[in-house]
Amino acid sequence: MTLLSKDADPATYNKPIPVPDEATRPFFEGAKRHELMLQRCTACGIAMWPVKPRCIKCFSGEVEWAPASGRGTLYTFTLVHQVFDPGFADEIPHNVSVVELEEGVRFTTNIVGCSNTDLRIGMPLEVTFEEITDEISLPKFKPSR
Amino acid sequence: MRIKGEAAIAGLGVTPMGKIYGRSASEFAVEAIALALDDAGLEKKDVDGLLINANTAPDMNPMLQMTLGLENLAVLNVLNAFGSTAGTMLFYAAAAIEAGLANVIALVYADAPLVPARSASAAYSGRGAPALSPMWGLKAAYGEFGANCGYALAARRHMHEFGTTSEQLGAIAVAQRKWAMMNPWAQMRRPLTLEEHQSSRYIAEPLHLFDCCLVSNGGVAVIVTSAERARSLKQPPVYILGIGQGSPGDNQRHEREPGLYTGARQSGEQALRMAGVELEDIDIRELYDCYTYTVLVTLEDYGYCPKGEGGAFVADGKLGPGGSLPTNTGGGQLSAYYMWGFTPLSEGVVQARGQGGERQVPKNDLVLVSGNGGILNYHSTTILSKHPS
Repeated sequence: MTLLSKDADPATYNKPIPVPDEATRPFFEGAKRHELMLQRCTACGIAMWPVKPRCIKCFSGEVEWAPASGRGTLYTFTLVHQVFDPGFADEIPHNVSVVELEEGVRFTTNIVGCSNTDLRIGMPLEVTFEEITDEISLPKFKPSR
Repeated sequence: MRIKGEAAIAGLGVTPMGKIYGRSASEFAVEAIALALDDAGLEKKDVDGLLINANTAPDMNPMLQMTLGLENLAVLNVLNAFGSTAGTMLFYAAAAIEAGLANVIALVYADAPLVPARSASAAYSGRGAPALSPMWGLKAAYGEFGANCGYALAARRHMHEFGTTSEQLGAIAVAQRKWAMMNPWAQMRRPLTLEEHQSSRYIAEPLHLFDCCLVSNGGVAVIVTSAERARSLKQPPVYILGIGQGSPGDNQRHEREPGLYTGARQSGEQALRMAGVELEDIDIRELYDCYTYTVLVTLEDYGYCPKGEGGAFVADGKLGPGGSLPTNTGGGQLSAYYMWGFTPLSEGVVQARGQGGERQVPKNDLVLVSGNGGILNYHSTTILSKHPS
């Protein structure tokens, strides 16, 4: 897992920045360490995202956080042309992509490190982290080498 | 309890739609209910039930009763299954009437998201809405706002799996515009060609502007009463023959593809079973069409064609005027007005009554109305008819 070459400049970064709460703190703390953390049910073993209070399959309350492999494939993507938020105005069209992780979870993110025209459903991907602030890093994905 | 044929829609009210500024959702709601009561030949004092379709408007709440000046209501609720709500409201209204709780129930949807000098696309998206909880905040951090991205992601996956094309989606938009041109209530009444669809700007690829619904200020209301009472009122009754709902769930895991396989299947089977009719018996379809893709996937899941063949199925224009499968005969949310499930419901009532004028489908014994909410997560189906059974 590598860092993006050009990290976000907090002085100019104008996109929405998520604010962790108690339930999501392990995810954001993991991202800060450059680990993609998912919830995992200790009873039946499935991985989950987004955050849930109980296992969505067997309904066990015994749910822990575990690092994901960070590998997956592109399930689907869209190129957003409409400016819904001024923070994205300079990057139109930008991709919003869904990655199917090895753990079976679909994770919505952005693909970086390749042109939008090179995006192909099924392409192998691996996680990378964009450091936004001292506290917040965003897991993004790039083509696997 | 029997629902089939026991209750009927006796009144319909549709306010002017579109860029009508300076009025709140509740003001549109009151006008829609006034129009619906007048249409039915009823008065406000006859109303003993009020069901409100929740949406993003802050004033679509139980206090609407006071805005209307309604007294001694026996049934009052705000319902929310997103875009599938209208069908569920008809179920609660029919059940309440059959159970003897109420006699005349007003069902209403109204919204006023458009304001001058703000784009329509900002009406239901952007940083302010919804509040940035950590999960929604993460979506926003990645640039996913509103419903456009979710439907674009689903449509792209369908294209990948089944070879569906943008031109095939465009055929839906073109067919519906032809219907809208004959609908005096429609916001978009200029012709639309496939070329114009293809050259319209992208909102979120693969969805072009003309794949996306309108945004409307306005209100729609219907009055539901017993079948017996409806027969003594001004308008031909539109009987509620069957109702279904289907919510498959989305665990965002690989086991399921909620963007490709929707609740329309479960919902449609239930509604047809209650009505005691077959899909082939349906004369007219009013399908929830927040995006062209919604129509395509709904047709597949109702069983009009095998899964994955929706693109080729609609490409010949069979949904349009003169086609073999008249669908969204008022122009739908794409070309008429966007009132969630009350868009297809309102046109379903018009067609079942035979009051569609120039756009009336000659054979109108059975009308299927669908609702859809979330990103294809919540579905409802209603079968309407001019016949009580």
